[in-house]
Amino acid sequence: MTTPPDNVADYVDRAAAAVGLTIAAEHRPGVIVNFQRTSEVARLVTEFAIPDHIESAAIFRP
Amino acid sequence: MTPIEMPAGEIARRVREGSLSALAVAETHLAQIAARNPTLNAFTDLTRERALAKARDIDARRAAGGALGPLAGVPFAVKNLFDVAGLTTRSGSKINRDLPPAAADGPLVARLDAADAVLVGALNMGEYAYDFTGENAHDGPSRNPHDVSRMSGGSSGGSGSAVAAGMVPLALGSDTNGSIRVPSSFCGLFGLKPTFGRLSRAGSFPFVASFDHLGPFARTAADLALAYDAMQGPDPADPACAQRAVAPTLPSIAAGIDGLRIGALGGYFARGGDPVIYAALDKVAKALGAATGVELPEAHRARAAAFVITNVEGAQLHLDRLRKRAADFDPATRDRLIAGNLLPAAWYAQAQRFRTWFQREVAKVFGSFDVLLAPSTPCTAPLIGQQTFVLDGKEVPLRPNIGIYTQPISFIGLPVAAVPVQGVSSLPVGVQVIAAPWREDVALRVAHELERTGICAAPVAR
Repeated sequence: MTTPPDNVADYVDRAAAAVGLTIAAEHRPGVIVNFQRTSEVARLVTEFAIPDHIESAAIFRP
Repeated sequence: MTPIEMPAGEIARRVREGSLSALAVAETHLAQIAARNPTLNAFTDLTRERALAKARDIDARRAAGGALGPLAGVPFAVKNLFDVAGLTTRSGSKINRDLPPAAADGPLVARLDAADAVLVGALNMGEYAYDFTGENAHDGPSRNPHDVSRMSGGSSGGSGSAVAAGMVPLALGSDTNGSIRVPSSFCGLFGLKPTFGRLSRAGSFPFVASFDHLGPFARTAADLALAYDAMQGPDPADPACAQRAVAPTLPSIAAGIDGLRIGALGGYFARGGDPVIYAALDKVAKALGAATGVELPEAHRARAAAFVITNVEGAQLHLDRLRKRAADFDPATRDRLIAGNLLPAAWYAQAQRFRTWFQREVAKVFGSFDVLLAPSTPCTAPLIGQQTFVLDGKEVPLRPNIGIYTQPISFIGLPVAAVPVQGVSSLPVGVQVIAAPWREDVALRVAHELERTGICAAPVAR
């Protein structure tokens, strides 16, 4: 696991504030590592070009 | 054969014919729990009085000439995220213990009860089901009956441990990313993850609405079918539960595999795992005459998308609890759940759209195959407490990677029978038998054939 760059830590702090979540100091390093890990996994999803007409799999039936 | 070793179907047959009393079966299994659970830590709750009362009722009805259900006298237990009347649905957590006891059984528990199965207790699990190890900071780890220094697998770890040790012949678990298939592999059991939407999830504590499935563990494929058939049917209380008629699988389970087009997955699924995993897959593939090297396109991205959706939906469910009681979460899940609430929405939306793309691509593969085979896990059961393992030649964190072969499959809701392969390793090792949507019958037929030919078996671990 690479050390998360400072901008990830900064993003985590700002996003936590945006959702009203106060991260305890002792939890913060683990949260940053987990965010970094998921961001690396998510890149496999976000870099893939999906045709415009492919909709979300979520279905709502009124 | 003692009742401890009997398949559920055999217990039910003998109870119905009167050669075995339901009370004796219940007492024998409660004694087995008393003997083995202190070491294995599979059970978090016992429902002893309920079990004995139910067993006496079954015996009384038989004595009076009444009809008995298809699971007459079969002891079973459920992962502690299932509602059980009178028990708190703890879902592996400390926080949920503050909730009032469930007022009623969840629908699957109620349907098994209505089939005259006998509930004996609730089972240990990874906190809030976000787990592949069977470890739990609050209740301690459930242990693997084949080697108590090793993981049972998660998150339905107690379910795997209890069935493998003969404490019950049947247990229920949940599977969001592999939580039935992983413990089945580590503990050497048959497990069924049905099609997404087949079995009602009402009356169970949720994890990830997009992927949550419930299903059974057993020591024979026929026992999976017996339990699964008793639990099928629509339920308006679960919005994802399909409005489909009950499609019994037990009547056709011995139909064999003639005419089935079977292929073993290659590519992503053929990389990374320990050699013993592939020895098991090869043994099953050869026995079934399967084609090899079948590709599911972009499977690595399917796993990634499942990972992202799980992190977002699982985390959001707990956001308020994370605001108020973060220190009460299991440290192994807390930081992942906090991080999941911070992921950009664009990642999640893309992952859900990718799910549709992948579903359509895999549907094309099922135009050429009826059954696909894949490893269940990349390794046999790791040691309890182990943090890393070698995957594809690199040391990586263990917890997030145990499900790499199960996640792409549950991502699109395909039915899977997990089967325990014999004769390739001193520790159990499992293979996924994957069928097209709604074809649990096909997966179970193949699992039964593998059992009939001796390729797969799940004896009680001594």
